[in-house]
This record gives sequence, C-alpha cells and structure tokens, in this order.
Amino acid sequence: MNIIINGKTIAINAETTLSSLIQKKCPNPQRVISEVNERIIKRHDWDTHALKDGDQIELITFVGGG
Amino acid sequence: MNNSQSDNLIIAGKNFTSRFLLGTGKFPNKQALHEAVTASGSEIITVALRRIDLERHEENILEHIPDNITLLTNTSGARNAKEAVRIARLARESGYSHWIKVEVINDSKYLLPDNAETVKATEALVKEGFTVLPYMYPDLYFARELAAAGAATVMPLASPIGSNRGLKTKEFIEILIHEIDIPIIVDAGLGAPSQAAAVMEMGADAVLINTAVATAKHPANMARAFAQAIAAGRTAFLSGLPAEKADADASSPLTGFLYENPKSEIRRKPEYRI
Repeated sequence: MNIIINGKTIAINAETTLSSLIQKKCPNPQRVISEVNERIIKRHDWDTHALKDGDQIELITFVGGG
Repeated sequence: MNNSQSDNLIIAGKNFTSRFLLGTGKFPNKQALHEAVTASGSEIITVALRRIDLERHEENILEHIPDNITLLTNTSGARNAKEAVRIARLARESGYSHWIKVEVINDSKYLLPDNAETVKATEALVKEGFTVLPYMYPDLYFARELAAAGAATVMPLASPIGSNRGLKTKEFIEILIHEIDIPIIVDAGLGAPSQAAAVMEMGADAVLINTAVATAKHPANMARAFAQAIAAGRTAFLSGLPAEKADADASSPLTGFLYENPKSEIRRKPEYRI
C-alpha cells in the first residue's frame, strides 16, 4: 500500500505500524513527533497505530531556530 | 552575568539569572552551536520544528543543548494562528518543550510578525496551558492585548529578523517598557553587543539574539561578548543612568584655579573648556 511521508509517496507493507515505520526511518525515535492525517499520534500509541493506504504522515523534530 | 538573587529574570514564575536568550539557527555546524550555548550562559534557548530529513541522518540539535536549559520552541512557519497552535501542540507532544514563542509571519521579505494572528494564537495557547512568549511588532495596543491574554512576556522586534540593523524601534519599545507590566524581551535584528547593551540600559528585561552570534566569525566569542554586554547594560540600568544635558557640566569645580587673577581668561572666555 502507499503512504505519504513528509510529502513523499512510498510503498510499505500492509499492517505496518507507525512504530515500525519510525524505527526504520528515523535514527533517533525519541526526538520524533508524529502526525497521521493531521492528528498527533502520542508516542505510547505508535505500537498499536496501524497505517492505512493513503495515510499522510508527518515525522517532525527539532531544528535550529531563532 | 548578573548572579544577584534579587535581580533574577522571572518568567511564568521561573527564575533565571541570565537575561540572554539564544537562538540556534544558522550556526555553521553543531560544534559551533554547542560552544556558543556554553559561552552565552543562556538558560532559555529557542528551537524550531521541521520535517525530519529522511535522506540525511543528521545529529539532532537537542544533543547540543544541555538538559537543564528551558527549551523555547518557536512556531516559525506558521502563517496564521491556527498553524501556530498546531506547531505548539507538536512541541508539547515531544515532551521537551511547552514554552512557546508564538511567531506568525506571512510575509517572506521582511518577516514582520502578524500581531493580530499572534494575539489569537496566544489566547488559544494560554487556554491550553502553554507558557507563551509572543514575538510581535512593538505596538502598545497589541502588547496590552497579549498581556491580557495571559502571555508570559512580550517580545517586540528591534529590526527585521537577521538584518543586524540594531534598535530601529527604540522609541516604541520604550513605550512598552513604561506601559506593559510583563517582561519585555527585545528580539530580532540586534547585530552587535553594544546594541544589546543599549536595549538593556533602556530597561528591557532581556534580549534574544541569534543571527549576530551564529554568523559571527567566532560564534562562541561573540556569544561571550553579548553576555557581557547584556549584563553590563542591566547593571547600568539598575545603577541609574544620568540624564543627558544640553550644556556642558564641568567635571571639576570652577574654583580653586592656579591663576591668581580670579577674573581669569577662562572665565572671560566662556568658549574655553576645562
């Protein structure tokens, strides 16, 4: 199935959880904040949040700023 | 650095000995940032939120900011109150920051803040329990609205972000200092330590510096210079700066001269200066 992650469409296996996606894509998961379809998904829900075809995921972290 | 217990900067009930807030954008590398953070003595550091670069696995900026520092997340990128609130909620979800610098900008040329949207965002975020430090254009009416909305401070700009043009809004910030009861943190556009000192001499409560430190040839040294200037300006303010005068006022009494004739040349020719 396809999902959109940070604006880019990628193909993933069905039944992929948000947690497994983040673990795969992000070297520093504890610094990651996640939205699925513009809704914040709390860290303790990542393991149980199953992704669906067409989901829009934002993986966000802190960067420099003034 | 002013370590006097009685002159702490107090924001939302929290005490800080440093009146120097440091931004973390534009540093040439993480090492320079780390050294500048240390040299600054800052206890409040600003950061932003952005999408993770999934192609490049960079070290996270938080690795270079000590845990005991108060992290102030700005809502840069927000073009209106709704987007600012969204960013703030993301910051809080991280667990690292519920102090928010509301920054609502929808003009990319001058990066001037939208005061009206800033008020809306501040009202919403204060209701949700955030500690809100709004970045604003120095306008008395909007500053009053922000204070009434529960902002912890107001952060009026000195000149456009990153411009290093110094204190262009001096008279209007002075009005805020006289009329607004919550702390005034002058933010944006200060390009040199002397400018930060001048801001503190006016009676501002703190300053936020980013570009002038990050893009200096030696960021850590510049951070140190700013820290010294900010402390000096604060001490000067507390010490009671003497007023300006139109005429000269001699440093030594105009009596007891070496000249025997009391009607000395100096007295007959008032244009002479001692």
